[in-house]
Amino acid sequence: MKANAQTANQTPSLNVGKILHGLWNRLGMIMILLLLCVVLSFTAPNFLDTANLLNVLKQVSIIAILAAGMTIVILTGGIDLSVGSTVALSGVISVMVSSAGVNPFIAMLSGAAVGYAVGLINGFFTAKTKLPAFIVTLGSFTYVRGLAYVISGGYPIVLANEIFKFIGGGSILGIPTPIYIMLLVYVVMFFVLKYTMFGRHIYAIGGNEEAARLTGIKVERSLINVYSISGLLAGLGGVVLAGRLYSGQPTAGQMYELDAIAAVILGGTSLVGGRGKIQGTIIGVLIMGVISNGLTLMDVNYYWQLVVKGGVIVAAVLLDRLRGDNAS
Amino acid sequence: MVVKEAIKQKSNLKQPVLNMQGISKTFSSVTVLNNVKIELFPGEVHALMGENGAGKSTFMKILAGIHQPDQNGGEIYYKGQPVLWKDPIDARNKGISVIHQELNLSPNLTISENILMGTKFPRNRFGMVKWDEVHERAQKVLDSMGSKLNPRQLVSTLSVAQQQMVEIARALSFKAEVLIMDEPTASLTDKEITKLFEIIHDLKKQGVAIVYISHRMEEIFEISNRFTVLRDGEWIASGPIEETDPDHLVKLMVGRDLKDLFNRTKVSNTSSQKNDIPVLELKNVSDKKLVKNVSFKVYPGEIVGLAGLVGAGRTELVRTIFGASELTSGEIYVDGHSVNINSPIDAIANGIAHVPESRKEQGLFLSMSVKENILMAELKSHSKSGVVNWKDVNATADRYIKDLSIKIATPEQPVSNLSGGNQQKTVIARWLSISPKVLLLDEPTRGVDIGAKTEIHKIVSKLADEGLAVLMISSELPEVLGISDRILVMSEGRLTGELSSEEATQEKIMYLATRGE
Repeated sequence: MKANAQTANQTPSLNVGKILHGLWNRLGMIMILLLLCVVLSFTAPNFLDTANLLNVLKQVSIIAILAAGMTIVILTGGIDLSVGSTVALSGVISVMVSSAGVNPFIAMLSGAAVGYAVGLINGFFTAKTKLPAFIVTLGSFTYVRGLAYVISGGYPIVLANEIFKFIGGGSILGIPTPIYIMLLVYVVMFFVLKYTMFGRHIYAIGGNEEAARLTGIKVERSLINVYSISGLLAGLGGVVLAGRLYSGQPTAGQMYELDAIAAVILGGTSLVGGRGKIQGTIIGVLIMGVISNGLTLMDVNYYWQLVVKGGVIVAAVLLDRLRGDNAS
Repeated sequence: MVVKEAIKQKSNLKQPVLNMQGISKTFSSVTVLNNVKIELFPGEVHALMGENGAGKSTFMKILAGIHQPDQNGGEIYYKGQPVLWKDPIDARNKGISVIHQELNLSPNLTISENILMGTKFPRNRFGMVKWDEVHERAQKVLDSMGSKLNPRQLVSTLSVAQQQMVEIARALSFKAEVLIMDEPTASLTDKEITKLFEIIHDLKKQGVAIVYISHRMEEIFEISNRFTVLRDGEWIASGPIEETDPDHLVKLMVGRDLKDLFNRTKVSNTSSQKNDIPVLELKNVSDKKLVKNVSFKVYPGEIVGLAGLVGAGRTELVRTIFGASELTSGEIYVDGHSVNINSPIDAIANGIAHVPESRKEQGLFLSMSVKENILMAELKSHSKSGVVNWKDVNATADRYIKDLSIKIATPEQPVSNLSGGNQQKTVIARWLSISPKVLLLDEPTRGVDIGAKTEIHKIVSKLADEGLAVLMISSELPEVLGISDRILVMSEGRLTGELSSEEATQEKIMYLATRGE
């Protein structure tokens, strides 16, 4: 009661600082992204060119696809370390299937199916054995990469099919194909999280797994589905990457899992689960992409880019935390 | 030593060891304490009373240095000197110890380490800890309490009550002059409570001033010398315990008579009811750990109270009925049909609803909205092929919010911002949304203020009148007696008796609850 009365007294005294503060509270990471873009538009030559901006989107598309799956995994309070390895295995297998003369669509589907299978196994062990997701997916991080080497013999496999190449390297109306795929994934994921029972159950499980169980939510089945979807999207990412590289490479996708996790966290999703949005993840992905692109345009060498990127991740999340403290 | 102690006591007779005057505290513009005071004399037990949210905890946290009072928010005099604690360690070093309500132990360390935590461990000249000496020191503290615990044991292997003893031992190890005990008996058995009271008597003799927070009236009148009552963050009254009685204290705490507590018009046990088919029947139900051979029936339209001491197996029994823990033998019948319940999903399908013991850990999705919390169990009937119809959800949620008068700003409000009573009503609303036949309530009014308590009693009573069968666990005897039509009593996993509402008294229930010990 007292609280209401007192806060009500404070609101009428608005000023510029308060408005900025309010904007900051509402937009948070978008502000950081815009700020980065403003800075880079002055310091990095040609940053604002349409071609460059499309290039940024194309560069981030695969991490973005992985990060969408990672978002729902982290929303349940889990983690999926296997997605980078899955990208490699899916790429290798789909290219091999394509090389065997199979219809390119079926070849691409087989890559996605491999990802789905990896996710299914992750989900099964996480949900049924109650092993921590970190351990389960650390296992698949290793064995999936191993399988990619075994199956490919350790060498890149060249992709010949033009339709397949189009998925990763082509463009429609001047916009690269992977961008369409990325947008589709995010639109569907937004809808799923906001408007479906499955989506709401993801939040419920991440917020309070015990309560979810006692409420009659099929927790195990939901978890299996969540990891399967993450795997499926990693498989899709592998297909797109193979199309872009014109080959299936067993070394592809290294460290992608960490980039995806970083993007999700930058997007404001809580690592303990239950809180976060898919819109935030795409912002996180873009922040990472814009930094890499800007630094490249500024001729900063790759090693220094890594140093800067690591710093920005911690700094951005720290800024976001401060925001959260003020907001509550 | 004895002489010195006696002199010290004598000279301090009229001077309080600790005196807090005009203490005020605001948290982000919410006034939690306003001009509160307390005087503590050496060798007394001072009962600090008040409803949940009266400000007791904050007040004690200021005393212990965890919080600082506001600017110009009052003074603390310790042994006649004005003091301002830097932090809890500062306060502890000067002789203020706290036994917190929630256990603050490290489960994977030994009892010794937990007791001596925060002190310097004895070390040899290479800087290595001398464990024998550590255990010896801890043993001394435990001996002084008459505890038989082995200091080398890991805390994780102890029962909750034993852990409570370790917590007390830790507080005592600091040679406290002022000791704050926040509900120390909440999880202790009668035997352990007796032991604790012996310790308290010893401490009194040594001249320690004890602040004792408890909701159990009998305890207050057994061991306290004086009392202070807070209400809504304000000081209401202080005085010697002889000058008050439970009714008077309750009146001071709530500002109204205990008679206002809701009393259900009981359903008389007519013969027609006996002929009905019980909506829930248990035959020789046992679980893995505690529950043994429990059989009873619950008929439509009645409230059956399930009484017993903490640890009697009531929660375990209810969780077994709901499929949240495993049934190892026996059968459950719903509407006369044998049912197979292996998970909460099965229970819900059979029309059984369950409001769990701790709403925050087991009931609520704290960061989600009130409306989603209400409809989480029934999203299915508000969706079409998996897609939720939010309009439908809102309409249904609004209805429950109105029916149960849940006080909220908007249905979008996160449930974490609600008071305990409104949170509990939200959980109850969720279970009403599945249109249950049986409602299992586990401590439905724990941590709920007295106004909301009465409202919840009325809601449950109305639901029963409409034909719902209710099985309610409660550790508060007035609550059990107030709204149950029939009372079952458990002790050590067994059903030890059944009382009709006419014959039930607190004494009879306690007699059955302590049987078999």
